[in-house]
Amino acid sequence: MSTMTAVKRTDEAPAALGASRRKRKFFWLGLLFASPWIIGFLAFQLYPICSAFYYSLTDYNMFKEPNFIGLKNYRDLVGNRYVRLGLSNTMFMVIVGLPVLISFAMIMALIMNTRAKGMPLFRTIFYLPNIVPVMASALLFLWVMNSRYGIVNSALASIGIRGPSWLNDPTWTKPTLIIMDCWRCGSMAVIFLAALKSVPNNLYEAARIDGANRWTCFWRITIPMISPTIQFQFIMGIISMFQYFSQAFVFNMFTGAAGQATGGGPANSLLFYSINLYREAFDYLHMGYASALAVILFIIVMIVTFISLRISDKMVTYDVE
Amino acid sequence: MKHTSPAAKAARILTGVLKYAMLIGLSFIFIMPLVWMISTSLKPNQGLFVTPIEWIPKQPQWENYVKIFRQVDFAQYIQNTLFTSLVPVLGALLTTPMIAYSITLVPWKGAKIIFPLILSTMMIPWQVTQVPLYITWSRLHLLDTYFPLVLPWFFGTPYYIYLMRQFMKGLPNSVIEAARIDGAGEFRILTSIVYPMCRPVLTTIAVLVFIACWNDLNGPLIYLQSSSKYTIAVGLKSFMLAAKTEWELLMAANTVFTVPLIVIFFLAQKQFLNGISTTSGLK
Repeated sequence: MSTMTAVKRTDEAPAALGASRRKRKFFWLGLLFASPWIIGFLAFQLYPICSAFYYSLTDYNMFKEPNFIGLKNYRDLVGNRYVRLGLSNTMFMVIVGLPVLISFAMIMALIMNTRAKGMPLFRTIFYLPNIVPVMASALLFLWVMNSRYGIVNSALASIGIRGPSWLNDPTWTKPTLIIMDCWRCGSMAVIFLAALKSVPNNLYEAARIDGANRWTCFWRITIPMISPTIQFQFIMGIISMFQYFSQAFVFNMFTGAAGQATGGGPANSLLFYSINLYREAFDYLHMGYASALAVILFIIVMIVTFISLRISDKMVTYDVE
Repeated sequence: MKHTSPAAKAARILTGVLKYAMLIGLSFIFIMPLVWMISTSLKPNQGLFVTPIEWIPKQPQWENYVKIFRQVDFAQYIQNTLFTSLVPVLGALLTTPMIAYSITLVPWKGAKIIFPLILSTMMIPWQVTQVPLYITWSRLHLLDTYFPLVLPWFFGTPYYIYLMRQFMKGLPNSVIEAARIDGAGEFRILTSIVYPMCRPVLTTIAVLVFIACWNDLNGPLIYLQSSSKYTIAVGLKSFMLAAKTEWELLMAANTVFTVPLIVIFFLAQKQFLNGISTTSGLK
């Protein structure tokens, strides 16, 4: 790069700098360049988290000044029916929904990893639903899964199965959401696909020579080799399942009357933790109580993430690079 | 593997056929809801509830699209959403490279503290900060403005910083060292060497940020109050309440909401998929 030498030389050429001056220069530079994030972290993360703790100890409705009430919000929250319902619905998504979603995404990735003519086109099609906005997908699925006129039940009817009432039967509402999430598994599948592609081919060749079949190869080579990715997806998945909101919010709009508070779906089967939190904060303006809910969510997510990291770390194989 | 006895050949053809049958079948399932969306959007209201399903409406009702623009101020929503999506793109493009540069290519101690911190903030549920932030924006009298929606994007978002860092780590360090020895200032290195080399990942980030903002429901939902400021997502939400069983209109609105993203996806498909798969290399 001959043009580089033409660049204006600063009077302090790095070579002439003392090691400590150089170090100091890079310190200030690093700090300067990182400063947007540092400011953002303080203003949009750390400060709000600290004030969430503070508000959680108060009674606050945005109109009067916060009134300190100690741990009352936390006492109210324990055993509250909606909190309990919210937790159990959310846990259902974590324990049932997430493994289903991850397995499905993995199968899609394995399919996308096979050699076939026109694969780029197929990949594009499988990825496409992920581009549809979450909200638009939810609205679309309200129509697709409509028990009388939707395409799913029409298709089932044509082969003689009477489809369930997906959106009105409390046992089917969460599975409907899971089906929708599987339809949108594109980005997860693409991440798995990239991991699958990074597994060195010679491992499979060696295994073949040793007489291993595909099934053994999958469990003994593929899974261990991509286990860091699986772990990453699980951890991020757990966090996002605890935040489950938009899809359920849209679904619930169709069960509650207009103008009413945010609904919880048929028999509150879609009252997720964050739906309840939203309702307390923005429908009822119980800001203190909602903050207590937020703090509990924060603690639960931290603990669950930590535990699953600990457990999964034992199962993950890191390759030596 | 390459024994070509007739039986093996037949088996190979059979698995080939099965494979394509499966791929085509799956594609069909994945694409059907979208076809159904567009098909519904072109039907008259009475046409929705006939069985068997009519996939291609006999007389496409293009008026449905005119209707949604007339019944609600959809054009305004689109304009607003473009604003709340493009300004964040600008913000992200401005600061993400700086931050990533600081933690990747500037040799300073802070990088080792900041990077793990950035990653760990990815684990904070947005609900935790949502209530206090709402209170703060309200105290600043900035509710019902676009500030709460666009301003945070100027301060770096963990996921995109991470993406950028992964990319920068792959840049040839020697070029930057050479520039430093030649006495180029760090700011100059960033703008005239690193930025141009990062063009692919910058495109990826631009696309991803645009889509995230275009889709966002939660932010506009709590911060925007007057309907003249609505983005498509909240506009669609209030339209849903008004048009409960008029599925043809809802699906027309849904199509208008979705199609721009599909266009962007096809234009920037490569960057897109590259960006996403970069995440997998979490090592």
